[in-house]
Amino acid sequence: MINQSNKVINNSLTKLVNKSYQYGFSTNIEKDIIEKGLNEQTIKLISSKKNEPPFLLKFRLKAYKKWQTMNEPEWAHLKFPTIDFQSIVYYSAPKSQKKLKDLSEVDSELLKTFEKLGISLNEQKRLANVAIDIVFDSVSIGTTFQKELSEYGIIFASISEAIQDYPEMIEKYIGSVVPIGDNYFSALNSAVFTDGSFCYIPENVKSPIDLSTYFRINDQTSGQFERTLIIADKNSQVNYLEGCTAPQYDTNQLHAAIVELVALDNAVIKYSTVQNWYAGNEYGKGGIYNFVTKRGLCIGNNAQISWTQVETGSAITWKYPSCLLIGENSQGEFYSVALTNNYQQADTGTKMLHIGKSSRSRIISKGISAGNSKNSYRGLVQMTDKALNARNYSQCDSLLIGNCSNANTFPIISVQNSTTRIEHEASTSKIGEEQIFYFLQRGISLEKAIELMISGFCKEVFKKLPLEFAAEADKLLSLKLEGSVG
Amino acid sequence: MNSNNLLLEIKNLKVSIEDNIILDDLNLKIQKGEIHAIMGPNGSGKSTFSKVVAGHPAYSILGGDILFKGDSIIELSPEERSHLGIFLAFQYPIEIPGVSNEDFLRLSYNAKQRFFNQPEVDPIEFLGIVTTKMQLVNMSPQFLNRNVNEGFSGGEKKRNEILQMILLDSDICILDETDSGLDIDALKVISNGINNFMTKEKGIILITHYQRLLDYINPTYVHVMQNGKIVKTGSSELAKELEDKGYQWLNTD
Repeated sequence: MINQSNKVINNSLTKLVNKSYQYGFSTNIEKDIIEKGLNEQTIKLISSKKNEPPFLLKFRLKAYKKWQTMNEPEWAHLKFPTIDFQSIVYYSAPKSQKKLKDLSEVDSELLKTFEKLGISLNEQKRLANVAIDIVFDSVSIGTTFQKELSEYGIIFASISEAIQDYPEMIEKYIGSVVPIGDNYFSALNSAVFTDGSFCYIPENVKSPIDLSTYFRINDQTSGQFERTLIIADKNSQVNYLEGCTAPQYDTNQLHAAIVELVALDNAVIKYSTVQNWYAGNEYGKGGIYNFVTKRGLCIGNNAQISWTQVETGSAITWKYPSCLLIGENSQGEFYSVALTNNYQQADTGTKMLHIGKSSRSRIISKGISAGNSKNSYRGLVQMTDKALNARNYSQCDSLLIGNCSNANTFPIISVQNSTTRIEHEASTSKIGEEQIFYFLQRGISLEKAIELMISGFCKEVFKKLPLEFAAEADKLLSLKLEGSVG
Repeated sequence: MNSNNLLLEIKNLKVSIEDNIILDDLNLKIQKGEIHAIMGPNGSGKSTFSKVVAGHPAYSILGGDILFKGDSIIELSPEERSHLGIFLAFQYPIEIPGVSNEDFLRLSYNAKQRFFNQPEVDPIEFLGIVTTKMQLVNMSPQFLNRNVNEGFSGGEKKRNEILQMILLDSDICILDETDSGLDIDALKVISNGINNFMTKEKGIILITHYQRLLDYINPTYVHVMQNGKIVKTGSSELAKELEDKGYQWLNTD
């Protein structure tokens, strides 16, 4: 089956070999913007523009109050100038925001943008076995396959739509996994989020196709604050994919998202991300500040949540997709490849909080640092007194390329009962000149050599990615590393 | 001798690394069908010589030339030299975690096929090719599934080098201390591999510290390298003499 990821690969190979970041263009389009700056008025305006029910405005204002009392976290291994929250545009939407009946009604400039990104919104795309919700700056501009999915009882919509159509479900679940005051950026997001995706899989349904969100930041001064909420009812299953790109500006833009997953009894959610925000140039100028809170709640017995992420973009990444393992026998997984080059900084990892009896978690983290970048793994495995016979296995490997890159791991293990089993393995290695020379002497090119070694290093994570993502991820990593060795 | 038989010619080669001169005015000619042994004390420049011929980027060539079949190769990249037919068996074969020996060998084989506009072979066809070659060096097929040299014993690593040499069928092969660290059985296997590989069209350079390898492989010439140049050349008798008297003997000569 032809799918759009193959198209992405072809695009990246043919036209983009000489370009380090192929998604760096911006789209000129008439926008509906709320003046930059953050106050109660901004929040009320966002809420009224979206015609939201009163409970949500209350939620937002409560979050805003909370946020004002909080401080930016400083514990991460990251260095960046203070963010001026008053100079950010909190709402930027392409004009002509009437409700679209059909994706063919999407503005032609926007359609072209997504064609260029390798994502086709027109009918041909129906060959692809993936339904997409597209978020452009602050709003969702369309969701595909909605009708087909509804035949299975699956709700897949932008969160704005869901707020209108299923307010009781939103009210019940929003903030239930990531509370408003969880952290500084979750409070900010809760106050100003503008769109995102919503998905509900009913009891006993296995989603027939993969669902996905594609995030695009276009505007130079706007921040993107989206929110994704996925609920998998009893015995249901869904694979969710997420991709992100942004134009190349020499200023930094803020992306502060929240993803909440809820898995009831026997439900399985697999959430995969290929994050390729603009990372700044080779001197570290520009790039996205990516502060994301992702958390999954395994509330039901035997519930499973699996996070897989390939983080290659952003100037700053601050992200810890986590699992709250409450149900008995519930399972949390975290598979991560984080690659940093030039002056990128990543502080990423996971939290596995074990509450349910016999809950299990598995953490596989692969960090690759090249150039002058800093790459840190930060993890917490917590076994509470109730989590009898719980188990965890963690493996954190770092790969250094060149002599100026930096890799750290900060694993924390906290155990409050004596019946648990925890294993932790870690390693650090380096791609050296001698390894490269060995390949070259055997006639294998530098590019191929790096690709082989990187994909060998990341094998355990890549095999967890959906097929269409895995090949793309492989290619992406080699492109990103071009010129960093030898 | 006909100059068309000349495989490799080193002319007045001067090489440095980080401002230290390692090779100075080195001269050597290898004809088709010849096996040259290079001996010499530690630090005399033997390994540097092998890496420079293969094109290691850490070394700077200050003067002289390296000709392969009459053409200078010093401007060529390591992979081009490899494709043309220059092979280096490493003194310390490199471990490559995460990359299977099978993939590595196949890519290497196909890179050469591609260079000569020959069809690349698919994994199944390659399996047939490589398993026959593995028998020549007494390697079990299970080595294909393991990562390149990872966790291999010293002898297994060296056999893997000889396997690659046979597979790539290069014209000139430099074996850098391939005999070091081998027990007597492994030494026999490897010597057999080398002897079977050798034809009157090929040339081999054996870098070694020990005469014992030369009990199994009969060199055409034995050279002694000291301070980056060849100070003495002789027949296989020279190796025996060195074994008895040590390198000091040369300096008192």
